[in-house]
Amino acid sequence: MGGAPSTDTAIIRRRVSRSQSQRGTEEPPLIKWTLIAIALAFSLVFLLLPLVNVFAQAFAKGWQAYWNSLTEPDSWAAIRLTLIVAAIAVPLNVMFGVAAAWAIAKFEFRWKSLLTTLIDLPFSVSPVVAGLMFVLMFGLQGYFGKWLEAHEIKIIFAVPGIVLATVFVTFPFVARELIPVMQAAGSEQEQAALTLGASGWRTFWHVTLPSVKWGLIYGIILCNARAMGEFGAVSVVSGHIIRQTETMPLRVQALYEGGSAVSGAAAFAVASLLALLALITLAIKTFLEWKQARDYARAQQLAMPTPESDSDTAFLARQNLR
Amino acid sequence: MTKRNSNKRPITFTAALALSLVCSFARDINLLNVSYDPTRELYQDFNAAFSKYWKEKTGDAIIIRQSHGGSGKQARAVIDGLAADVVTLALAYDIDAIAEKAKLLPPDWQRRLPNNSSPYTSTILFLVRKGNPKGIKDWDDLIKPGIAVVTPNPKTSGGARWNYLAAYGYELKRAGGDEARAKEFVRKLFKNVPVLDSGARSATTTFIQRGIGDVLIAWENEAIMAIKELGQGQFDLVAPSISILAEPPVTVVDKVARKRGTEEAAKGYLEYLYSETGQDIAARHYYRPRLESVMQKYAGQFTQLKLFTIDEVFGGWQRAQKTHFNDGGVFDQISQANR
Repeated sequence: MGGAPSTDTAIIRRRVSRSQSQRGTEEPPLIKWTLIAIALAFSLVFLLLPLVNVFAQAFAKGWQAYWNSLTEPDSWAAIRLTLIVAAIAVPLNVMFGVAAAWAIAKFEFRWKSLLTTLIDLPFSVSPVVAGLMFVLMFGLQGYFGKWLEAHEIKIIFAVPGIVLATVFVTFPFVARELIPVMQAAGSEQEQAALTLGASGWRTFWHVTLPSVKWGLIYGIILCNARAMGEFGAVSVVSGHIIRQTETMPLRVQALYEGGSAVSGAAAFAVASLLALLALITLAIKTFLEWKQARDYARAQQLAMPTPESDSDTAFLARQNLR
Repeated sequence: MTKRNSNKRPITFTAALALSLVCSFARDINLLNVSYDPTRELYQDFNAAFSKYWKEKTGDAIIIRQSHGGSGKQARAVIDGLAADVVTLALAYDIDAIAEKAKLLPPDWQRRLPNNSSPYTSTILFLVRKGNPKGIKDWDDLIKPGIAVVTPNPKTSGGARWNYLAAYGYELKRAGGDEARAKEFVRKLFKNVPVLDSGARSATTTFIQRGIGDVLIAWENEAIMAIKELGQGQFDLVAPSISILAEPPVTVVDKVARKRGTEEAAKGYLEYLYSETGQDIAARHYYRPRLESVMQKYAGQFTQLKLFTIDEVFGGWQRAQKTHFNDGGVFDQISQANR
């Protein structure tokens, strides 16, 4: 059956290809709407409804009761401790994260893949195990227990242990956000800055950091959200001392199990703060994504009409796009 | 070099901030009472009364911190270094473990205070839904098919171990000492348990707030509190024909208290539990007081029932723990058989 294809088969082929391409771009409306409905219903029932319920329960006894249960000394101490722990853990992880991401994205060295794997370790270890790890190291029966006791240093069942556990659990967030952004940015700009005589420190502040700032901010808010919300690892090392080593998530549990109807509502009041934190995190994330998309579009507009223009912005913009 | 110097500032700042915050947190502690789940409210009231008393007696201002959780878990935390000046746990075995594994107090600690070092007692009762729709009256009703029983896990919860031993002791007495029949009895009982929570409080929450189960086996104090404060008119208390006398013991953790210079206050704290005021507070939180005068005042809230002790039926906590709850013990065997 050699030779040119008959007109019939050509038509059929064209038809097939047309209907195929149609199927590729637009689904039959029934399937499309079913999928959308399922996705929407799922997120409504499993995501939005429970969240709304947290607020409904929190305000079940009115504004005054809500305010009282937050300012009640035990809960207030938990809120303060959570803020303090986040205030220590997040900056530490920003430093570790930036340093690690910088090393991985900009330099070649022997143990690079090992370092990349290690950064991901806290994601793959269960938080409870992470907490137990610290108990095994610093607990009274642990490796350093006797030495720490002799020198009167308290780590486990005290604030330093909670900070350690939080730092461990939130370690990957900043580095994981930064590595791809830094890799995408490349190192040409830094090399240019260095050859122009800028110090390493100045290059970092004026060239490296601005090019990754959105990724960094996103990493920080994710890191912060987890630092404030961590339950498992902190629960193991906390000792649950009221007003002293109880963080907000632990306080929520204690209140929920507190028995009375009042403490049940108080549990949801504290929980509503954590839920609010989640909402703020989402809002910032959405804003950052919108902002990034806008910057990207602007950069493209700037770069398009005058491809050979040497203006700084266009140059930087093109660099960023790589 | 210049790089380094400018880099150092934020680090030292953060470190200094961290250090100062940690210190400010540690300064105002005086006593830490590590206790089990249902005593939260009891010690909240008692601590306030004691600090007032201690201030009047010695002039020292005292702050008592509380930590609550499953009794076994709390003992483990003290062994791992939770700096408790006093422990007030659900059962003697958990304090034995602290003495044995961490050597923080002498093995004969239980003889240091009156009444086996238990200033208050309790027992194990049933909480059922209003009107007792399943007609639950005694332990043998719990093994009937179709009855959902809520009780926590004896591996982690002290209250659950009392629950288990009460049921076992009931059948053992009824069967004239036949261990095989008692074992079969608890096997059937745990076959009826849909959720094994880790602590007494979680089990109460499961039964009351989540509405699971026909009957909750609970501490008497927990059951009365649940009726009074959570579900007015939603639950009934049922006392079985016989139950166990639960003695939650208290003691000073010598090594910790000595090191922190709190021995005297810690001792005074526990002795105050035996005083008229301490006993009254315990009774107000539905624990059975030891002091006869206080018991009479609150007699109305406690049901009269026959109670046996762990020593007479099980030969003490050490033996009970070894036979029933350690790995490979009777509880593991019946869980295996129920699978």
